[in-house]
Amino acid sequence: MTQALAVVLVCAATVAVGALGLRLSRTTSDFYVASRMVSPRWNASAIGGEYLSAASFLGVAGLVLAAGTDMLWYPVGYTAGYLVLLVLVAAPLRRSGAYTLPDFAEIRTSSPAVRRAASVLVVGIGWLYLLPQFRGAGLTLRTVSGAPSWVGSTVVAVVVVASVAAGGMRSITLVQAFQYWLKLTAIAFPALLLLIAWGADGAPDPVTDRPPVAAETITFTLADPVRVQVDVPVTLTVDGTVDGAPARGELRLPAPGQLTFGAGTTIVVPAGAVVPRAENVPAGDGASWMAPTAADGADDHPVYRTYSLLLALLLGTMGLPHVIVRFYTNPDGRAARRTAAFVVGLLGVFYLFPPIYAALGRIYAPDLLLTGRTDAVVLLLPERMLPAPWGEAMSALVTAGAFAAFLSTASGLTVSVAGVLSQDLLRGRARASVTGFRAGSLIAVVVPAALSLLTVRVGLADTVGLAFAMAASTFCPLLVLGIWWRRLTAAGALAGLATGGLLAGTAVIVTLTGVDVPGIAGVLLAQPAAWTVPLAFAVTIGVSLATPRSAPANAQQVLVRLHAPERLALDPGTRPA
Amino acid sequence: MSAAVARPAPRPHAARDVDESTGVREVYLRSLLRVQRRLALGVLGVVALPLAAVPVLFALVPALSAYRVAGLPLPWLLLGVAVHPLLLAAAAWYVRRVERTEADFTDLLSGGDSHGHGGSRSDH
Repeated sequence: MTQALAVVLVCAATVAVGALGLRLSRTTSDFYVASRMVSPRWNASAIGGEYLSAASFLGVAGLVLAAGTDMLWYPVGYTAGYLVLLVLVAAPLRRSGAYTLPDFAEIRTSSPAVRRAASVLVVGIGWLYLLPQFRGAGLTLRTVSGAPSWVGSTVVAVVVVASVAAGGMRSITLVQAFQYWLKLTAIAFPALLLLIAWGADGAPDPVTDRPPVAAETITFTLADPVRVQVDVPVTLTVDGTVDGAPARGELRLPAPGQLTFGAGTTIVVPAGAVVPRAENVPAGDGASWMAPTAADGADDHPVYRTYSLLLALLLGTMGLPHVIVRFYTNPDGRAARRTAAFVVGLLGVFYLFPPIYAALGRIYAPDLLLTGRTDAVVLLLPERMLPAPWGEAMSALVTAGAFAAFLSTASGLTVSVAGVLSQDLLRGRARASVTGFRAGSLIAVVVPAALSLLTVRVGLADTVGLAFAMAASTFCPLLVLGIWWRRLTAAGALAGLATGGLLAGTAVIVTLTGVDVPGIAGVLLAQPAAWTVPLAFAVTIGVSLATPRSAPANAQQVLVRLHAPERLALDPGTRPA
Repeated sequence: MSAAVARPAPRPHAARDVDESTGVREVYLRSLLRVQRRLALGVLGVVALPLAAVPVLFALVPALSAYRVAGLPLPWLLLGVAVHPLLLAAAAWYVRRVERTEADFTDLLSGGDSHGHGGSRSDH
């Protein structure tokens, strides 16, 4: 119940702040510009607050628990992405004066068509990134209270629409900054207590030469049917359905073997038994769990996967719709750069903690490997490991942190997507009006919230990884070439966006719909960035070179504005030629 | 890097040149762009190469995964802990370098030493 109270508190605070935002920001210019005097430190906290989503708060620990060290590349990539953003994009983007990615597309190419293509992609990437936020909310509420998944998704959807539609552009930096520190506290403090409890338990090593073993008898009930792989013979006590037939009592499972437990089945794993794993969880003795590029089967191509993922994360960060808006709140390019550098530090501190949950989860929550719901490990460990008052209190704290993560990321994304929908894509009366913005925020939320109820089991961080791959294949070429290459043309930009968008989009749809593509093609589709990003760059460059006539007349002028320090641009002697 | 910006023109004429001819200013801005690009690629290379070497290294020498430093397995020490301060250091170093480059460049074009960077120009 404490956890439910924590969720209610976080939601109420978010709506209250949204309403307050409406009263505080009186004029449109206040809306956008009031926070332009924000210092880099505060703005960096705000970016951290908006950026650390369900994927970071729950997903990283879940993936590392399931698949091991190779998943540590996610937090490394999330952080390093800001370094790439810092050196390639931060200052020039701020100096361009663009408030959104479509703005930048139009400023640089003078082409409404490129602007429209960018708008469509912002909506697509925004939806893809919103999807795991809603799913994470469903999972969280189900884990702590047993409510069905749609309840959590709906709660977050309603709160986000209410706060965004009421408060408009929630550009209250202070609140987003507070969210970062709340999330850091909510992940760090319980983690430290868990480490103390682990030490008091004799500090058992999470890395053994066997798959994870139940430390003590674990009893749990499955919410969904699970196909299970048995690697080591084990005897379980079950009550429910096994392979479609009712089953009750002791069940001896030979190895290797596969079976399906029905929804609602209660399973008791005796202390000391090797826990069978869900089919989609890789086999994990200590050595393969610890290897940074571990293969899961013969045609898994772990090295390709790792590089492709890393490329997507490094180059995708700059193309996320809710990230670049925040940089606009810096007074100038220099502050934008300092902000990005602080963000690298803040994210680094945060990402020290999720792996702790993953390692401890191997000892204290191996049943998650059977249910396949490893994303819940952060939520479950406090109550499992800590004594009475602490367990519930820390569980409430991580629940509050998780909801803060869904709400802040989801509202940031919703604002971006709704803004683009109302400015560029809606027609007639709705265009660029308050009504349009409200309609936009409703559309922005309802579509991914509905999809979140349908999609198959792709981990939270995996889905977010696909959003990064999509951003890296589309906006990265546009931004990098737009900022650093004079000869980019409107036709080249359009062709690049179309190529990257279609290729990565196809890969995303195939992966999310769970179509099983065998062999190397399946791996290429699951981690598309390594081929879609170079192709998008090549097409952008090739078409630009072939269409010098569609080069914007003011390309030189724009490049000067992007790269010259602001002080110079004000000087009459340096007005662009 | 800052020296490379300064190289195209000696100080006393720079400001006047800019007022007289936008063509010359364009040359300066191009050189700024070039220096910034080189700096950006340099930082990316310094960070990306070691990072990119890690998967290959562990794929080629799997035994490294079992190696422990102070009880912490090497892959975790590298990817879970050590990488973060390194990224931050790279970010901080880049910000300092690029700000100095821009300050030198601003000095060169505006011909003034109104913002405390005048001293550095005596180097050229």
